[in-house]
Amino acid sequence: MSQKEQNEKEPLFSPKHIKLLTNPLDDDNPITVLVLGICSALAVTVMLQPAVVMTLSVVCVMGLANLIVSLLRNTIPPRIRIIVQLVVIASLVILVDQVLKAFLYDVSRQLSVFVGLIITNCIIMGRLEAFALANKPWPSFLDGVGNAAGYGIILIIVAFLRELLGSGTVYGYPVIEYLGLYEFGYEDNGFMILPPMALITVGVIIWVQRSRNRKLIETN
Amino acid sequence: MEELVNIFVRSVFIDNMVFAYFLGMCSYLAVSKTVTTANGLGIAVIFVLGITVPINFLIENYFLMPGALSWLGPRFAEMDLSFLSFIMFIAVIASMVQLVEMVVEKFVPALYSSLGIFLPLIAVNCAILGGSLFMQEREYATIAEATSFGLGSGVGFYLAIVGLAAIREKIKYSNVPPPLRGLGITFIITGLMGIAFMSFLGINL
Repeated sequence: MSQKEQNEKEPLFSPKHIKLLTNPLDDDNPITVLVLGICSALAVTVMLQPAVVMTLSVVCVMGLANLIVSLLRNTIPPRIRIIVQLVVIASLVILVDQVLKAFLYDVSRQLSVFVGLIITNCIIMGRLEAFALANKPWPSFLDGVGNAAGYGIILIIVAFLRELLGSGTVYGYPVIEYLGLYEFGYEDNGFMILPPMALITVGVIIWVQRSRNRKLIETN
Repeated sequence: MEELVNIFVRSVFIDNMVFAYFLGMCSYLAVSKTVTTANGLGIAVIFVLGITVPINFLIENYFLMPGALSWLGPRFAEMDLSFLSFIMFIAVIASMVQLVEMVVEKFVPALYSSLGIFLPLIAVNCAILGGSLFMQEREYATIAEATSFGLGSGVGFYLAIVGLAAIREKIKYSNVPPPLRGLGITFIITGLMGIAFMSFLGINL
């Protein structure tokens, strides 16, 4: 309804809208600053391919969920809004899950329960509560995509590091072998594949980000 | 009986929700500032997992699985509703959490106010839904096995969150580099705790 009026008022990609997309990449990053959606971010990052598939699924679910909830925002009674949001998210996740099972069966097996766990990914609930319930459809859609991208960028960085250092490959290509580093006595660090190293990698990413961006430092 | 104890010990130590699968991380990181609140959340999670996993087990086995509806008559024996499992599980969890919230508010108001927003958020705590989804994936045979798995996962989460809260209370007195303070150091502590828990991997049950 209001999308047309709003498009007349300001262009589709006004500076304010661009900010909605880019802010979550650094200053308001959902993982390293807002501490949302950590669980899946850590579990699917052993290899790059599942991480990329996961990112795409979250972008789809989150953009559409924000859009739908924002369209419905004036009709949802506040008391039952959590259930309504969960139903919207769960239906979108079922769609994504069925599509993955049909076209990318191997990856879908690797991701195992984590596709289902997109439902309880707190980024999605958090953005629905904080943004989509109070804003028009188009900005909500951008906010959803932006936050999912901010989540995805951390996922892909962690997966890249863990796959490169842990298995010596990037997206399945044996980069280290190609460079011939094994002949100089280089060995893959098998430790990077184990779950605890995901946590420590994210800790180091937070360290790097906050030394670069001083205003994010916590006081206590 | 032995089998039940095995499943319980496995899910507490070896397949620990937090350290092996990173489930429930959000509330794990956010509520672990003091031991008392961590204690409250941990108990709430044990309770909710112990209830929802067996209920979802029944729903899975008598409504959703291929052939599960055969008790309704031969016409329904072919029915496969397993694509509905996400929505059914999350509905059960959301209503159970509502129930726990009302009970806690009525009988332990102090705990209720200290848990604040995190009690309703248990509904979107991935450890809870994860418990039900793992129960589905691992195909436990009886309801007793599913219950023991649910309780074990809850106890594993409890141990992890109370341990982290205790360490964070102590680390307030240390001189951590400013960019690492708060979230960064918490991640690294959790990683180190995870490495410690990995020593249980060698145990054969």
